Amino acid sequence: MRSAVIVATMAIVSFLLRALPFLIFRKEPPKFIKYLGKVLPPAIIGMLVVYCLKDISFAVSPFGLPELAACLCVVIAHVWKRNSIISILAGTIVYILITTFIV
Amino acid sequence: MRKRALKRAFVKSLPVMVGYIVLGIGFGILLRNAGYGVLWAFAMSLFIFGGSMQYVGVGLLAGGATVINTIITTIMVNARHLFYSISMINRYKGAGRYKPYMIFALTDETYSLLCDEEVPDDIDVNLYRFLVSLFNHTYWIIGGVLGNLIGAVLPFSADGVAFSMTALFVAAFTEQWLSSKNHLPAVTGIICTTVSLLLFGKDNFLIPAMLMITAVLAIAGRKEVAES
Repeated sequence: MRSAVIVATMAIVSFLLRALPFLIFRKEPPKFIKYLGKVLPPAIIGMLVVYCLKDISFAVSPFGLPELAACLCVVIAHVWKRNSIISILAGTIVYILITTFIV
Repeated sequence: MRKRALKRAFVKSLPVMVGYIVLGIGFGILLRNAGYGVLWAFAMSLFIFGGSMQYVGVGLLAGGATVINTIITTIMVNARHLFYSISMINRYKGAGRYKPYMIFALTDETYSLLCDEEVPDDIDVNLYRFLVSLFNHTYWIIGGVLGNLIGAVLPFSADGVAFSMTALFVAAFTEQWLSSKNHLPAVTGIICTTVSLLLFGKDNFLIPAMLMITAVLAIAGRKEVAES
């Protein structure tokens, strides 16, 4: 029962966080919010990239090199083909290969 | 028209399918090890639908957290979703009956697929976005349930495959970089978050990073906002 209450709490708070901006700016959102809506996506994706890499320790071997090499591979594949699935596959395969066979 | 939306949504969601099933399996295993069976895995993935939150949630359940504690932790872990919603207010405007579910299902990955995409005119964009959300949710539930049932016997390293989610964000970042002239927001996101990570450490850096990003973008855009 306690567990069910905890799960429900997590679910409700998570949903409220997602819903809050929509509830606050129900009608025409202010200019500043519209502006944020335009410029935030690249900034947030940048934030998420850093967030995903936060556990790398650059001070100890392998110094985050597998992650950096795989990310670079994603960027190169994406500039070349501009197909997300190919880029993601390429990066993930490179990452698995490096971590399995090299380090 | 519906078929086109369905097809596009499925193809676009494919990278998330791989990552979500793997990460979901990781969650299912963790939950099982904490003593919670498959119904719990199903219910949590269905009702919470948040990767990092559910991983943290296992700790809350196992550690006997209080409701207040759970509320605070959830806000800390999921505050970034405020950001996602703010930037989707305009895009989700006409979503009608799909909207409540789309808001509920706006995860990091769904956001990265939908936040900046131009959808062709011959596709019902709201149906498309609803379906992407629904597909991702389904993968996540399947992963959690699978992990809880059979997770321990899987033959591959989940870490390697889970890297596909990092790759997803890097690909989204590159795509936005290539498709926009103004790189200031992208650079701001990377630099502010890195600075915040160095200053506040990896457990507490997201909220300060969000504040910094908002501040920098507000200063940079004050002219544009005033003139619009």
